[in-house]
Amino acid sequence: MPKLDLKTAGPFIALVAIFIIGVLVNDAFLSSGNLSNILARSSFIGIVAIGATFVITAGGIDLSVGSMAAFISGCMILLMNALMDSIDSMVVIIILAVIASLGIGAVAGLINGLLTTKAKIEAFIVTLGTMGIYRSLVTYMADGGTLSLNFTIGDIYSEVYYGVFLGLPYPVWVFIAVAVIGYVLLNMTVFGRHCFAVGSNESVARYSAIHVDRVKTATYMLQGVCVSIATIIYVPRLGSASGQTGILWELEAIAAVIIGGTVLKGGYGRIGGTVVGALILTLIGNILNLTDAVSNYLNGAVQGIIVIVAVYLQRGAWRRD
Amino acid sequence: MSEEEHNIVTLSVKNLHKSFGPVEVLHGLDITLRGGEVHAILGENGAGKSTLVKILSGFEPLSSGELLLAKDGGEAELLTEWDNETAERSGVVLIHQEFNLAEQLTVAENIFLGNEIKGRLFLNKKAMKRKAQEYLDILRSEIDPDATVDRLAVSAKQMVEIAKAQAKNARVLILDEPTAVLTQQESQVLFELIERFRQDGVAIVFISHKLDEIEQIADVITILRDGEMVGSYPASKLSKDDMARLMVGRELSSLFPQMPALPNEAEVVLKVSDLLLPGNSKSSSFELRKGEVLGFSGLVGSGRTALMETVLGLRKAAKANRGTIEVRGERANFKQLSSARGKGIAYLTKDRKGSGLLLEKGLSFNFSLFSLHKMSRLLIDTRSEAIAFEKAIETFDIRMKDKSIVAGNLSGGNQQKLLLAKILEAQPSIIIIDEPTRGIDIGTKSQIYHFIAQLIESGHSLILISSDITEIIGLSHRVAVMYHGELSGVLAGDELDEHEIMRYATGLKSKSQNNKPQKNESETSGISNAQA
Repeated sequence: MPKLDLKTAGPFIALVAIFIIGVLVNDAFLSSGNLSNILARSSFIGIVAIGATFVITAGGIDLSVGSMAAFISGCMILLMNALMDSIDSMVVIIILAVIASLGIGAVAGLINGLLTTKAKIEAFIVTLGTMGIYRSLVTYMADGGTLSLNFTIGDIYSEVYYGVFLGLPYPVWVFIAVAVIGYVLLNMTVFGRHCFAVGSNESVARYSAIHVDRVKTATYMLQGVCVSIATIIYVPRLGSASGQTGILWELEAIAAVIIGGTVLKGGYGRIGGTVVGALILTLIGNILNLTDAVSNYLNGAVQGIIVIVAVYLQRGAWRRD
Repeated sequence: MSEEEHNIVTLSVKNLHKSFGPVEVLHGLDITLRGGEVHAILGENGAGKSTLVKILSGFEPLSSGELLLAKDGGEAELLTEWDNETAERSGVVLIHQEFNLAEQLTVAENIFLGNEIKGRLFLNKKAMKRKAQEYLDILRSEIDPDATVDRLAVSAKQMVEIAKAQAKNARVLILDEPTAVLTQQESQVLFELIERFRQDGVAIVFISHKLDEIEQIADVITILRDGEMVGSYPASKLSKDDMARLMVGRELSSLFPQMPALPNEAEVVLKVSDLLLPGNSKSSSFELRKGEVLGFSGLVGSGRTALMETVLGLRKAAKANRGTIEVRGERANFKQLSSARGKGIAYLTKDRKGSGLLLEKGLSFNFSLFSLHKMSRLLIDTRSEAIAFEKAIETFDIRMKDKSIVAGNLSGGNQQKLLLAKILEAQPSIIIIDEPTRGIDIGTKSQIYHFIAQLIESGHSLILISSDITEIIGLSHRVAVMYHGELSGVLAGDELDEHEIMRYATGLKSKSQNNKPQKNESETSGISNAQA
């Protein structure tokens, strides 16, 4: 069935095409430094987008991820700075911060999930609300400025972002790991099937003895944990957090998911597509940086066009069958 | 409409062919619909009835052949540009099986939708309301023209559709399975209406799977089989057996299988006591025994589905009285369907498309959704899933062009078999099935009845909710009848008679009122109506 192939392969073909454009535009594009930079940068959005794939597949939406990332960054930095006085081992401090980060992410997701399922408020409204709350909290925590990580810790922690294993930066390995786990979870487990079913038709899911509320809440928690993983590898990059951290991440994550072929109305999701979508978005930014033909300021416009075209192609494929 | 305004039309098709892409689905039909006749169209699912009525009403173009319309016995006019709008202007109106009403608008607004009475600038709401009331009066309906449609019962919605057809001055009225969603009583009201339309010279096309209805009201019967015309016959020349035989193309073994008798001392597997539905004052109690089919009869909206869904934890019971549920003597309180499934209870919903199957998902995906926990540990064992699916296709005789199609592309009967396969894969011992044969052709119907008999033979217990009284009587050991959200009685033995059931279903009789003792003692008969 060529139709199905096109649909699965579409995002991948686009990725290859954009890659070729990159090669043609600038020789520096193919340098190992640039390539590993692209991969590392796409890791943040990619990891967040993998969480978003679950939420969207199950028929939800989470707009709060960017603010959540900023808030978790802020919490981690404050916690690590505070622990400096009482704990000697920097590694222990970092591990504690990582654990706290995962906890905050999970709880934040749980709150989004419970508000949508138990309080029965639309996901769009709930996460629009929490988006504002987290953004404002981090600005308040930073007193309107920037929270900076203590230098001594920052030095050690920066290894997480800059360290390299088998030629690839650590964030890329984390991205790969999250993607593989996400793939298995979505495609090979009962939970994954239930996500598809809930997103496809909640009523059918309920009459199939699926715990609809639990599945939906779990997707938001998964999203929260993904945000916290992305944050864990993002904090050492800059060593700071402010009201500007993670801005528009939610849109980039959703864009990556949609470009990858996941259906926004739910019921169908693809982890592989999401990974490709995240790579496409980062590649575009990177190529615009390397060329003078199009201003770098138009990055958002190009991304926007890509999203619209991707959805248009998706719809066409839906219509045909 | 006064007698003088009669305009009798004759709509006919000659050598009608219809193809979808390369596939021809109608192979040369010749049918004439005359004013003042009720023309029944009969055929199994997939025989081409729906396609035919869509062509007649201008929703689908024909591929080749002629459509002819003659007015008042005049010359037949060849219809070339036949779309839905033209059809309705010519008085050819189709009432869809799934209604075409704007749920949020009022009855009057719906009746005149797309056909509004306008003043100079704005809609003339008063005139529309008055006129709507007139139409409803003619139908002897008590529906309030100001009520919003979403609050109406199914039968009332259908009434609105008919009033809408009147507003369009229908001369050819096509009813696609109008009684599928009606109770027998409501159907009779509809038949009276049809009779009045007939006397008024309207040509009526009536599609139904219910042969006794066709026998009752049809003047002419056209039978289709696999898109071919078997023939058009005067209704007086065909018996129900003839109809079934011509439709299926082979002799049907008896529709209802021989049901195994219920042993006297059969263990009670499900006992529901004093369960109160929200908004009701009386609670309901009943018992189901091993190897029994307990029928649930009643009018649409009498609370049969609500009662079962409450038992299963799909709906909440009234706060005042949650009642008690015992499964094989053990107390149970199901908060969600999975706990009921854990106790070996499965529920087949009546809403096949809305709650039963994921129409845009594959067949195997749908099949395993209710029993996935049995096919997986950490990961889903896709091999055992595939094997189970293959087996189910065979056991339930699910027919499809290609295993990779989505559930929405299966015919209604095969969807129902897939749904049955889905819930039975969880290997329940107590099965609650709700309207298992609604909108299904007679061949598949008979198959489903035989599946039910097999289940009973192998020791399963079954609750059968159905609005088809023949089906209820044909399959049930005992019949519980509901009226207005409460059980009005449980009938057994000689009481299992259509009229007796209707008396309970319409509130004329009730076991709690006359306190008539059951054949056994009222304790063991399983039914009592407790005061809340």
